Amino acid sequence: MAPSKKRNVSSKPRAKEDKTDLLGMVDRLLESRKHANDVFDILESLQSDKDKDVICAINACCKLFCTLLERKDLFIGKLPGEDEALNGEHSAEEKYKIFMRHRYNNCVEMMLEHLNHETHEVKENALCCLMKFAAGQGKHPLEDLDWSEHFSFPRELIQAVVQSLLSQTSDSSLMISRFQEFLDMEDVRYYVMSSIRANVATVMEKNKGAVLPVYQGNVFTLMSNLNMPSQDSELTNFMVKQEAKHEDWKAAKLHEHKRAFERMWLGFLKYKLPNSMYKKVLVILHDSILPHMSKPTLMIDFLTAAYDVGGAISLLALNGLFVLIHQHNLDYPDFYKKLYNLLEPSVFHVKYTARFFHLANLFLSSSHLPVYLVAAFAKRLARLALTAPPTALLIVLPFIYNLIRRHPSARVLIHKPSSENELLEDPYVMEEEDPALCHALESSLWEIKTLQKHYHPDVAKAAMLINTPLSEQEDDIDELLEMTAFELMERDLKPSSNQSVPMEFEIATHLLKGGGEVLGQHFCLV
Amino acid sequence: MGKPPKRKNLADKVRKTKTATEIKNNPFEVKINRKKFDVLGRKSKHDVGLPGVSRSKAISKRKETLLKEYKQKNKSNKLIDRRLGEYDSKMAPEDKILQRFTIERQRVHEKRDIYNLNEEEELTHYGQSLAEIEKFNDAVGSDDESEEKGLLSAELTASHFGGGGGLLRKKSGEDQQEEQSGQKTKSRQELIEELIQKSKQEKRERQVQKEEAQELTEKLDQEWKSIQALMVKKAPKNSEQADKLEEKPKPEEYDMIVRELGFEMKAQPSEKMKTPEELAREEEEKLKKLEADRLRRMMGDEGGENVQSQVHMSADDLNDGFDLDQHDKKTLSYQDGKWNIAEETEDDKEEEEEGSDAEEEDDDDGDDDDDDEEEEQQEEGSSEDEEGHSDLESEQDSEDEESKQDDQGSSSKQQRSLSREELKAQQEAAKAELPYTFTAPESYQDLKDLLHGHTPDNQRLIVARTQKCNHPSLAAGNKAKLQKLVGFLMEYMGELATRSPPELCTVDKLIPELYALCQMFPEAACQAMQSILRDAAHSMEEVIEVKGHAAFPTLDMLVYLKVAALLFPTSDFRHPVTTPALLYISQTLTKCPVRSLQDLTSGLVLCCLAVEYVSFSKRFLPELINFLSGTLQVAVQDEASGRMAVPPFRPSGKHCDLLVLSNSESCRNWSKKNLPLSATQQMELKSDLDRDHYRLNCLSTCLDLVKRCCLLYKDLISFMHIFQPIRTLLSKHLSSQTLPNPLQELHREILEAISSAPVTHTRLVFEKKKPIPLKLLTPKIVEVLDYGKKRGSSREERERERLKHKYKKEFKGALREIRKDSRFLAREKLNEVMNRDAERKRKVRELIGSLATQEGEWKALKRRKRK
Repeated sequence: MAPSKKRNVSSKPRAKEDKTDLLGMVDRLLESRKHANDVFDILESLQSDKDKDVICAINACCKLFCTLLERKDLFIGKLPGEDEALNGEHSAEEKYKIFMRHRYNNCVEMMLEHLNHETHEVKENALCCLMKFAAGQGKHPLEDLDWSEHFSFPRELIQAVVQSLLSQTSDSSLMISRFQEFLDMEDVRYYVMSSIRANVATVMEKNKGAVLPVYQGNVFTLMSNLNMPSQDSELTNFMVKQEAKHEDWKAAKLHEHKRAFERMWLGFLKYKLPNSMYKKVLVILHDSILPHMSKPTLMIDFLTAAYDVGGAISLLALNGLFVLIHQHNLDYPDFYKKLYNLLEPSVFHVKYTARFFHLANLFLSSSHLPVYLVAAFAKRLARLALTAPPTALLIVLPFIYNLIRRHPSARVLIHKPSSENELLEDPYVMEEEDPALCHALESSLWEIKTLQKHYHPDVAKAAMLINTPLSEQEDDIDELLEMTAFELMERDLKPSSNQSVPMEFEIATHLLKGGGEVLGQHFCLV
Repeated sequence: MGKPPKRKNLADKVRKTKTATEIKNNPFEVKINRKKFDVLGRKSKHDVGLPGVSRSKAISKRKETLLKEYKQKNKSNKLIDRRLGEYDSKMAPEDKILQRFTIERQRVHEKRDIYNLNEEEELTHYGQSLAEIEKFNDAVGSDDESEEKGLLSAELTASHFGGGGGLLRKKSGEDQQEEQSGQKTKSRQELIEELIQKSKQEKRERQVQKEEAQELTEKLDQEWKSIQALMVKKAPKNSEQADKLEEKPKPEEYDMIVRELGFEMKAQPSEKMKTPEELAREEEEKLKKLEADRLRRMMGDEGGENVQSQVHMSADDLNDGFDLDQHDKKTLSYQDGKWNIAEETEDDKEEEEEGSDAEEEDDDDGDDDDDDEEEEQQEEGSSEDEEGHSDLESEQDSEDEESKQDDQGSSSKQQRSLSREELKAQQEAAKAELPYTFTAPESYQDLKDLLHGHTPDNQRLIVARTQKCNHPSLAAGNKAKLQKLVGFLMEYMGELATRSPPELCTVDKLIPELYALCQMFPEAACQAMQSILRDAAHSMEEVIEVKGHAAFPTLDMLVYLKVAALLFPTSDFRHPVTTPALLYISQTLTKCPVRSLQDLTSGLVLCCLAVEYVSFSKRFLPELINFLSGTLQVAVQDEASGRMAVPPFRPSGKHCDLLVLSNSESCRNWSKKNLPLSATQQMELKSDLDRDHYRLNCLSTCLDLVKRCCLLYKDLISFMHIFQPIRTLLSKHLSSQTLPNPLQELHREILEAISSAPVTHTRLVFEKKKPIPLKLLTPKIVEVLDYGKKRGSSREERERERLKHKYKKEFKGALREIRKDSRFLAREKLNEVMNRDAERKRKVRELIGSLATQEGEWKALKRRKRK
């Protein structure tokens, strides 16, 4: 370190020249080995307080070490300690290489530290630089190839990068999105997946399975950004090309990718997740996780657990369960009973109402379902419709009608002429959890009759349909699923075609009067 | 060939000799046209025809025209007879001869008798002088008194009693006939005497009549004067005038009076005064009609929407000189038992004299009207005393507030130190200074500037006057201006509501004006309200998209929702404004979480609005029940009560005990107070006691709303299930012991209402369909009421048909005529040829005869010679 100190003393007015100087220094360094000690200056400016200096230094380092890697001026093989190497009997050439290799290691460490820098630009530059190093290292490996099963891939470096990306303290979604460009490369993705698994395992072990929202958020962001290929032939974009035995390389095989992917997710989902994370995972589960797993049935534990959580999470788990039941022959006992119990007033108020009804429509589309079950669903939905907002009602009513259409024997719910004049209490038991015991089939859908007095004209019209026999054609529910209240409102707000607007004929005199004077009875102006 | 024409000619001859009646009575001449249908009351022209007559007519006509032409054919020269009256068929042949003779004589005179002074040639006829005969003829001719009765002019008498000049002119056809009939029976002398007697008698009679008429008029005059004297007593002005008129010795007294009467105001037929009952009935009928209309719309009947244009008078018409249908003519009216006219005229005079004062008078009128209005309002409100009081209070409050504002504001002219009376006086002064015409604001800023710094009442006046000044019927562009004003006013109301503290009193005052404007322009009002709703809903939608929930709407939106309910009918099945507004309310009631007492107040205001919206139509609003039950849950003390919360409320969390009293003792001295609307924005509750009282207020409002809902929805089939959560809450968790007395009462009423609802229902069945009738295959029988007439076509088509028919008829007729013409010509030609042939034969025979004689003679001669 002595030369660097000397240099430090001698170069006081360096501050301003720094930027141009650094690049010049790199050039000099690369020209001849005499200036080898300038590397300390560069490394030192890496630790500068000023972001600009740091960025310059990062760029300089990047240029320097990439060239050195290319020239194979870095020591290859097991690195001896620095002091020991200087003292040992190495040739001057080797000593230089060892020295430079140590500086390179220092540089990488500092870069990794910079990945958690405050300034985004610094982070970004550091990340790019590290990935360049990784690419260089892959091309010109620093290890002996013979004993490494990972061929020439810089596994440790990637692992370190992943570790620092998955911060436990700060949200690094921005960095992860920057990192995504490298994830398009097959080998990088493969090794990232395996390093995530390792990382999650160690971190969660250390925290004894406690919930770490930030960390798990980061992990999820990174994992959900992985775009898995679907065919072997798509595996073309590699960062490192293996000269020999490329075919045998795990990163070049799709099923290995799948396995890594699967293990990564299972490793992640093994631990307890925060509720919001559950929802996020479940939302993407069916179309971006399950298809890329080698054995999707392994998800069954997670899904059943989620299904038992209740509420919105259960709703979301339905989708994954459905995929498993439908495509992977999963047998799920009491599925319909659970589905029946999912029907609560909140079903109409959560965000995922549309998705739920889409799935419920699928589940109940089978014509082999027993009538009591269908009737129970119809009756329960009708009962719940008494608290539903109009947008949900516009879904539920056609839904119930479709059920009755599919199962003509359920028509007694809306038409039972034999016992016309007898009065009876509603035999349906809302609290009963078993659809077989709730006596839905003995009831009638009086709720829909009630909804004929609903304030929204479209709902009232839809409810009017039970007055006459239903048409044969089923209603298409999917069209209605995505409708929002605002869209519903827009229908009426459209400028009406040449129709005059009726006006109130009672003369308005005061703000609080009129309309039964409810407002005026409870509130005053001042 | 030669025979038929001859015979015809003979027949024609016979016909000519016979008279018309003779021909008509001859059965051989008459041809009776058979009628198919005998129509009563129809006069048919063509039931009897005289073919012989018409044929001979046609032939003679042809002879006159066609034959002449034919004869003239190929001839270039013409013979024109220029003798006097040769072609005048009207002139009798005797006249012709006579006139020709006179002309001849005149010609001779002119030439020969210029110098012959004495010679007078007397023309005679049957031994009498011609001149004398003419004289007497004419005297007889002017016997027609009937035409010129009562006209005794010199001309006429002259014509009657001698003087035969110009009598030729007066000869008419009638006279001639009379002459012919009467001539023979009486002699001329007798006639003349009779005539003179008659005319004298008539003259006498006329004189008598005239005298009688004069007598009558005089009598009438006297009577009128006596009546006039009576009227004089009633109208002093009139009497004066009348006196003056009488005093003046002038000839046209009568004319004056007549003219006066003519110019006098005539009592025009005005609508009869309606009795209060009639008025009430009329009003009731009108309301009934509107109500029926509303019901129809509520049921959602789309068809047959008749456009009803409501002619609406502003609720507070100021009558301040901007009356639109001002008539120049004033109707006769009574005031305090006297005629109004005189005063009016006086007023007019005064106005003319001092035109500057007119404004002040108008101002007074306006003020009076204002007072009247206020009275009216109070009367309206008197049904509910509370309302009336609050109204008064609010006015006072507004004044207070206004004065405060002025203190704060930059444009303050009044000082608080002034006493109330002085303040009032100043306000009056300020009021008097208000101009009477306003230009309609072009932009929202203009409106704000216009209304800035005025009291609420004045703001209302300004708006009303602006509206009057810019009535659409006054100028072309006014409609657009006022339509814009609707939007600006709404915006202004929103701004008033967002100020802090919100100036809701001003909004209150502006409501009638807005209502009146909106009645004028429903489209503009609808658009303005729709855009407000759309913006609010859109912003809320965006927030919900991002966060999943939204904040409660601000006070201005609440005001807008209320205004929408005031302006538009809330009970329509589908309405372009109220349906979205209700949807917005329901959306806010579901999506806005309750985090504070302010939020809860907003929610309760929205609930009130929702109840108002559905109060008439009794439509089911699930969100309303959800919110109310959620509010009740918030008031429940124990956590473990198995809450079944529907969003926006949560079963657990930090805002779950928003309405739980901090101290159960605080309900002792609580009494219900109306919450201010501004509490939805900010409120200061210092002590726990205040807060508890506020909570109790909220709770009481909530319970009252629940009660109203119970009454509204008690006819719904699922009433029990709808109110089940509320029932369990009230009966199990929110026990009435902890509540103050009024609330306990409410509590009990609600539970009673819920439990009294019917539990059993009949099963659902489809509506019975009407049996579809079989297809009927019997022929359709249509009654034809008017035969022959083509029905179902327009007037033009009918006209065209008629013309076509006429053309066809004419064409046929023309064709027939042409045929007849050619036949006639051919006959003539044949005649000619025949005549020529006969002539030739005759000549040949003659020749042959002469030759034969010659031959015979010659033979005889020869024989003789031989002998």
